[in-house]
Amino acid sequence: MLKTFSKGGIHPAENKLTSTKEIKKLDTPKTVYVPISQHIGIPSEIVVAKKDKVEIGQVIAKSAGFVSANIHSPVAGVVTKLDKVFDSRGYQIQCIVIKTDAKNPVNFEDIVYPLKKEIKLSPAEILKHITDSGIVGLGGATFPTHVKLNVNEDKKLDHLIINGVECEPYLTADHRLMLERTDEILIGVKILLHALQIDKAVIGIENNKKDAIALFKKLTKDEKGISVVALAVKYPQGGEKQLVKAILNREVPKNGLPLDVGVIVHNVGTIYAIYQAVQHDKPLIERVVTVTGKKLENPSNFWVKIGTPVSDLLEAVGGVPEDTRKILNGGPMMGKAIKKLKTPVTKGTSGIVLLSDDDAHRGESTNCIRCGECVYVCPMGLEPHLLMNLTEKHLWERTCAEDIMTCIECGSCSYVCPSHRPLLDYIRFGKKLTNECKIN
Amino acid sequence: MATPIISASPHLHSSRTSKKLMYDVLIALTPAFLVSLYVFGIGALVVTAVAVASCILFEYLIQKYLLKTELTITDGSALLTGVLLAFNLPSNLPIWMIIVGSLVAIGIAKSSFGGLGFNIFNPALVGRVFLLISFPVQMTSWPNAIENQSKLVDAVTGATPLGIVKEGLQFGETMTSLASQIPSNMDLLLGITGGSLGEMSALALLLGGIYLLIRKVISWHIPVTMLATMAILTGIFWLVNPEQNASPLFHLLAGGAILGAFYMATDLVTSPMTRKGMIIFAVGIGLITVIIRLFGAYPEGVSFAILIMNAFVPLINTYFKPRRFGSRIKIKD
Repeated sequence: MLKTFSKGGIHPAENKLTSTKEIKKLDTPKTVYVPISQHIGIPSEIVVAKKDKVEIGQVIAKSAGFVSANIHSPVAGVVTKLDKVFDSRGYQIQCIVIKTDAKNPVNFEDIVYPLKKEIKLSPAEILKHITDSGIVGLGGATFPTHVKLNVNEDKKLDHLIINGVECEPYLTADHRLMLERTDEILIGVKILLHALQIDKAVIGIENNKKDAIALFKKLTKDEKGISVVALAVKYPQGGEKQLVKAILNREVPKNGLPLDVGVIVHNVGTIYAIYQAVQHDKPLIERVVTVTGKKLENPSNFWVKIGTPVSDLLEAVGGVPEDTRKILNGGPMMGKAIKKLKTPVTKGTSGIVLLSDDDAHRGESTNCIRCGECVYVCPMGLEPHLLMNLTEKHLWERTCAEDIMTCIECGSCSYVCPSHRPLLDYIRFGKKLTNECKIN
Repeated sequence: MATPIISASPHLHSSRTSKKLMYDVLIALTPAFLVSLYVFGIGALVVTAVAVASCILFEYLIQKYLLKTELTITDGSALLTGVLLAFNLPSNLPIWMIIVGSLVAIGIAKSSFGGLGFNIFNPALVGRVFLLISFPVQMTSWPNAIENQSKLVDAVTGATPLGIVKEGLQFGETMTSLASQIPSNMDLLLGITGGSLGEMSALALLLGGIYLLIRKVISWHIPVTMLATMAILTGIFWLVNPEQNASPLFHLLAGGAILGAFYMATDLVTSPMTRKGMIIFAVGIGLITVIIRLFGAYPEGVSFAILIMNAFVPLINTYFKPRRFGSRIKIKD
């Protein structure tokens, strides 16, 4: 029996259309729109001005607090303006617009990097490299990595878990990265083990990526501290708490972090970025993005520069099919529907998913028939129907008592509801107002 | 490309809908319906058709003229209530009584609570119990099986197996002396017996029950727990005094135990929402059923037991919550 988390979970159709497609390099866009808030925390502080010439990898916005991150120019070119663009949430956010200098030949990717195995730096130096490189959690949460690695001394850390689950349907960015950058990822794991001064790492991969599991198993055969665990396919296994439970059978306490049970979790994409930063001094300026959809001519995986408009990606896969009604930034379970094709790819963009007319509509919401499915599938042991009901009535003390704040917004409840009730919509709203209530 | 749709995640939905769930239950009830059609003949069809038609009609009238709300007669719930009500009636019940039962089920038990999803009590059972209390004679005159399937009225009627046992034991007979009057377990399994429309063949009902389990419309918790509770309790009495108590197998196969366990107690709206709660609920039903059957005035107690436990569902939902993730250990502040 394969390991998995015990509470709740669903099995949406996988639709991993691009799992055999090698990651291609997307042409450098003519213009990039680099938002200054691509991570959880304080937006970065812009350090360039209009008409400035910038080099590739140059810091253009620097970390503006403890929970914040540096942002680097993904291209060489000229800052044309400091403008606002719509981000994937639909808000207008500040961004730095850089026009690519076509003549500038210096490009990071033109340099061929040999695999650098030796880890020479001290833990403190490694942390500094990660901080400087602006690395954030690439699984989608975009929490600044250096903050996560800053482990308080009184926490007893013993395991590093590498998240290669990729439980979202459609997305294959992590899968391809694991197949194509396996050696680099393993060195990245060793770098982190060294930085954290621990000796156990577990790579968790869902069993629908058998090739990646086999590859990692082969390469880690002689590695003492690194093991690979094949996990039964179940959404939302990529959630930190679910993954820790699945692999180590440890339950992260309510309102706690994996650190509270001695674990730190990082996404494979983040690990690769750490390898690049520590071994080659390369900041986080590009990432793998899956561009996919059932009706797409040529769904693909791309290396994409941060700040590339979504329209560029869609062009590269042969344009938007006629009956497309939803364009998602991220997977279909937790991704955000975007309105403007100018919306840029950010550090947290793992995929662009196109849904056609038959998949894009919500069913009509009818009365709750109290079937209890939402309760059964909730991975956090909550009662979504109750939380929706309490939210409708604005009973914030009760929503708080019913643990609304522990909801991870995985959407399993809305997915299964036979009456198509917008459970998660209400819970999100309830969380926001419960939180405001708590503060006041 | 048309204007993109903007909505919050998740953007996928499973193919399950409330309507499909209702129709799945109807499919599951088909074998049992066919058996009762074979056993009772045209009477079974008449009772079912009248119950279904009047349930849908009352739902329509109430929604359209009384509540003035959106019509939901196509969602399958009124249809299902009609079928389940019919399954709980004798096949020779006067038609006007069936209509009264439907009015009580849809009007009082369902619509007055707020319609689908808001009712506390199982509508079909409320209809049945109302009829049972109001018209006890007609509700307990069961046409005997097979021999009079073509006749609608004035058929030979007799008591159900449970009724025979109850009455017999009260008048000083023993299980041995009653053996010739009650059907064999095999007859009960196949449905060659007397009783309400749908409680005839345990086998046909089990078949549908397994379909519901496979389609995940219901989970095993309620039917298995309820039947196990009944088997254990009646088993204890049977072991102590087999002459004065029927065997557990007889109790499971006779009467409405299987119908109740798989189709009535599992009604999504009126059963608890957690697995833990379902087990408590089902133990309660099994316990009350056995108490009524062994010590009560009625030979059969499944309907009463389910309705009594229905009343406890809000309480069960409040006290048997799912265990919150991460509640085993507390972090120190």
